[in-house]
Amino acid sequence: MQVQSMFFKQTASLKLNDAVLQTALKRAKGKFVDGRAASVATIDNWEEIRTYAAALRDRVIDNLDAYLLEFEKNAMRRGAVVHWAETAEEANAIIVDIARKNAVKTVTKSKSMVSEEVSLNDALEAAGVAVMETDLGEYILQLAKEPPSHIVAPAVHKSKEQVAQLFVDHHHKPRLTDIPAMTREAREVLRGHFLGADMGISGANFVIAETGTTLTVTNEGNADMVTTIPRIHCVITGIEKVIPTLEDFATLIRLLPRSAIGQSIANYLTLTTGVKAADEIEGPEQMHIVLVDAGRTKLVGGEMKDMLRCIRCGACMNHCPVYQNVGGHAYGWVYPGPMGSVLTPTYVGIENAGDLPNAATFCGECQVVCPVKIPLPDLMRKLREKQFDMKLRPRSERWAIKVWSFVVTRPRMYAFLSKFGARIASWLGGRDKLIHRLPGIDGWTDGRDMPAPQGKTFRDLYAAQREPK
Amino acid sequence: MKVGLFVTCLVDLVRPNIGFATLKLLESAGCEVIVPTSQTCCGQPGYNSGARAVAQQLARKVLAEFRDCDYVVAPSGSCSGQVKVHYVEDLFRDEPDHAEFEKLAAKWYELSDFLVKVLKIKQLPGKYEGSITYHDSCAGLREIGIKEQPRELLTRSGCTISEMNDAEKCCGFGGTFSIKLGEISTRMADNKCVNIGMTGAGAVVGGDLGCLLNIEGRLRRNGDMRTRVYHFAEIAAGMTE
Repeated sequence: MQVQSMFFKQTASLKLNDAVLQTALKRAKGKFVDGRAASVATIDNWEEIRTYAAALRDRVIDNLDAYLLEFEKNAMRRGAVVHWAETAEEANAIIVDIARKNAVKTVTKSKSMVSEEVSLNDALEAAGVAVMETDLGEYILQLAKEPPSHIVAPAVHKSKEQVAQLFVDHHHKPRLTDIPAMTREAREVLRGHFLGADMGISGANFVIAETGTTLTVTNEGNADMVTTIPRIHCVITGIEKVIPTLEDFATLIRLLPRSAIGQSIANYLTLTTGVKAADEIEGPEQMHIVLVDAGRTKLVGGEMKDMLRCIRCGACMNHCPVYQNVGGHAYGWVYPGPMGSVLTPTYVGIENAGDLPNAATFCGECQVVCPVKIPLPDLMRKLREKQFDMKLRPRSERWAIKVWSFVVTRPRMYAFLSKFGARIASWLGGRDKLIHRLPGIDGWTDGRDMPAPQGKTFRDLYAAQREPK
Repeated sequence: MKVGLFVTCLVDLVRPNIGFATLKLLESAGCEVIVPTSQTCCGQPGYNSGARAVAQQLARKVLAEFRDCDYVVAPSGSCSGQVKVHYVEDLFRDEPDHAEFEKLAAKWYELSDFLVKVLKIKQLPGKYEGSITYHDSCAGLREIGIKEQPRELLTRSGCTISEMNDAEKCCGFGGTFSIKLGEISTRMADNKCVNIGMTGAGAVVGGDLGCLLNIEGRLRRNGDMRTRVYHFAEIAAGMTE
């Protein structure tokens, strides 16, 4: 997916004034935030599970090579082919090659954010392969030619009416108003594709080292169709998704759907292990697993390594006050919200990420709800340090910090300048004691008044009060 | 008991009244209050802008200024979080003087926390009979657990607390965020103002001046000249005028 993160501020501004989006975001917030809270409240040792899961994910990341090799060995034992893709281009080349060798003309796909990361659909279509997204949200977006705005609910930014119109335009049937009826119509369209596709492509929420299993969590059951019906099943996922055992999955699945949408468990947990065996009647003849690095190994052992714990639940964005107001598209790449503000600069380069590390008030909600305790604000701060060191922030901001640093470390100069600063700003406040416009802090005064200072600093008032002359 | 007062840069510059309210609360409870004159800032604005070196420099300055105090008290959850959490867990985690910052963190309290947990204060100088609503500032709430303490002080001062929806939601201040991404920040402040308005309370009260300036700024821009905006110290000390 093309990176548009440099335009965060401009896009956010448009999104703040998009009435349809604002309604959609408010509705989603209620569902995600309240749903999660209610669901988490039913677990009496939630914090204990979080701590355990964070440690588990750390153990995996610290031994990533060993677990991946174990996974490869066990997957191969069950007849799967494991491919290693160091870059997005390599991942696409591998999958296009599989399609070519097997004369694949049509592909059904269940949701995969890694496939968005590498722009797999574009690569397949360029090679003459027709791709059909089968997750309802992704299907809607494929019709609309839009990228997802959320990692769990990709079309959360769309209204019912917008979807109804898309269906009229593409299905050429009478307009529907009822969501179940619209869903039924989409299923009818998708059914034929499910049955006729040459290859199914799925993502994986986890891959399990001890069994060589890949695992998909869905609510629509489309991943079952994609992974079992076509003669070839191809999995594309990030190398950090490996976990040691099925039992570890049992732990993580307690956290994932609850954190994501307040579900105690997802409707479908699709575990796929190897190809159709001799005595089996269902399943693919070929299974390919493409393990994508695309920047992940760079994080191992570094200051961003905690991010590799992420299990892609979306709780951080659901609770982020910035995301709640601007939605996912403003972030300009695959991953929105706090996780995106860390992953985008890390994966596509900090020089391409613009304001993202600064798109947070450090309110800390993301860190509190993260099921694997990723210290997202700390990671964003590290990225800000990098931006500062690399002089990537605007000159005016860099100068402001320089001047501030100089003054604030020199108490006498500070006292002198703040005395005059307070006096001038107080005078600027005028009769209503509000500064309506102040060049240099337009970002503030464009939308808010600045309550004027009282006029004298605490330092001066205190000195006058305590040391009578 | 020697208590150092960390005024905070915003209170010093913009609203000294909060500093004097804090002073009054501490002195009326019998504390010997020391106000180091060389204090400036805890370093958070630099720290959160990526200027780590100056943040460390300021932290060492704070450490030196309050070395002789039994306690240090600040009328801010945000600055207190900087000292109690970020100095210790990040800025000096791998530095030789880490232990000294741990000691500083242990004796450092946010004002309401100090009054309620350490001094266990029952009598407050202030009396405020009116309905208020309380905004929980993020750093105080999530970094150092400030939630019930200010409410206890306000109730003891006679306030009727009318809780707003999403009281724990960020008001959009976020330090330099409020300027760098002003439009988003304004929208967040606006959401907060709506929730404040819905309570019908005559005043919104908080524990961090940054948030209070942000909220007041948006209230006034929206034409609301009626809703008062106070730091809880001003109410508890009876210094709302």
